[in-house]
Amino acid sequence: MNMEIIQDSLPKLLDGAAVTIELTFFSLALGLCLAVPLAIMRLHKNPLVWTPVYGFIFYFRGTPLLVQIFLVYYGSGQFQEFLNHIGLWVFFREAYFCAVFTLTLNTAAYTAEIIRGGIQAVPYGEIEAARACGMSGSLLYRRIILSKAFRLAWPSYTNEVVFLLQATSLVSIITLMDITGAARVIASRSFAFYELYITAAVFYLVLVYGILFVFRKIEYRLSGHLRSPSLIA
Amino acid sequence: MIDLDGYGPLLLKGFQLTVLVGVFSMAVAILLGLFGAWGKLSGSRAAQGVVTAYTTIIRGVPELVIILLVYYGIPTLVQDIFDVNVDFNPFVAGIATIGFIYGAFSTEVFRGSYLAIPKGQIEAAKALGMNGMLLFRRILLPQMLRFALPGLGNVWMVLIKATALVSVIQLPELMRNADIAARSTRLPFTCYFAASLLYLGITIVSIIIQQRAEIWANRGVRRAS
Repeated sequence: MNMEIIQDSLPKLLDGAAVTIELTFFSLALGLCLAVPLAIMRLHKNPLVWTPVYGFIFYFRGTPLLVQIFLVYYGSGQFQEFLNHIGLWVFFREAYFCAVFTLTLNTAAYTAEIIRGGIQAVPYGEIEAARACGMSGSLLYRRIILSKAFRLAWPSYTNEVVFLLQATSLVSIITLMDITGAARVIASRSFAFYELYITAAVFYLVLVYGILFVFRKIEYRLSGHLRSPSLIA
Repeated sequence: MIDLDGYGPLLLKGFQLTVLVGVFSMAVAILLGLFGAWGKLSGSRAAQGVVTAYTTIIRGVPELVIILLVYYGIPTLVQDIFDVNVDFNPFVAGIATIGFIYGAFSTEVFRGSYLAIPKGQIEAAKALGMNGMLLFRRILLPQMLRFALPGLGNVWMVLIKATALVSVIQLPELMRNADIAARSTRLPFTCYFAASLLYLGITIVSIIIQQRAEIWANRGVRRAS
């Protein structure tokens, strides 16, 4: 094993780690903002509201992320004139934008299903109690349903965060220099394939288990009311 | 059907290979999962350590990195150590890698399904003189399959989508062929969209088969409702 190459490549891989974290963070934040209304619409009684959302979720969960990325990054080229006309081509020509765009839609679909599960798991008695107290509409959602649903969905959401972090490795295929992208470029230049891919794998392992550690801590905090006091003392 | 400038048949050929890679990888994953669960549940500390390391590492590293590591890394590693040239067949490398990755996920599925079997049944089987293979074949496996089906179905859904990644090692499966078609027809959106619909088709058929299989596996179970 050539340790020197690994050492020399560390700065590049650290830059790559910054890109990976950035992509994960932006997509997660935007995806979550999309997922909450999607989950509520998915549970709407009117079929005109829930069927399009169901179709969106089904498509993004049923096809590989790689296809979705190519569909946006290369596929947008087919509509270049139209996109140019409405002034969106400047975005779709950038690999970074396409990556965030696709990852956001993808994670929004998965997260919407997770939040829907959380909303449906909220005990109906709590909603009845809230109604009896005079809450309705957005107040009921904000104070009772969504806050409880988030807590219930947190363990599943942790998994989704880890999957998304790993999924960002695909952006290396559309020329972005995340951890995988940096490792691929250095590896093909130096022929030190296993050294670099193993180092990249270690980077991901650290990130994944770091995220898991933090999210478990948050989960512990969120479930404080469920632990019996005698166990804490 | 849509012709895609004559590239439709190429896509269908890729579709066949995708299904083939998926089925073989799933078989590898199930075998590895059974061995993994066996190792994790066995009393041996060494076996537990190996399996825990396997599942921990595989679940923490992206599939793409593992595929690149196996396809490009292992040949160079072998070359450095033993000084022999090895060249992987992309088909075998793809199946082995995808199977190896999802073996880690099915290990957890099988471990859970083993733990779901009431201990009394194993005791009863032992009291009747069954041991080892016979106990596994007659008592454990049929019931584990029932408990494992939902989990295995999930593994399959993720696995079949992950096969798109082996296109990076030039295996002419659906994704790779869609790529070729997109480049030559200059209709990237149409070609990738057609490919995505084929993947969606696999997902839909899988969901239907999974539902049927679960009904079949649960035919002997009586429920309160």
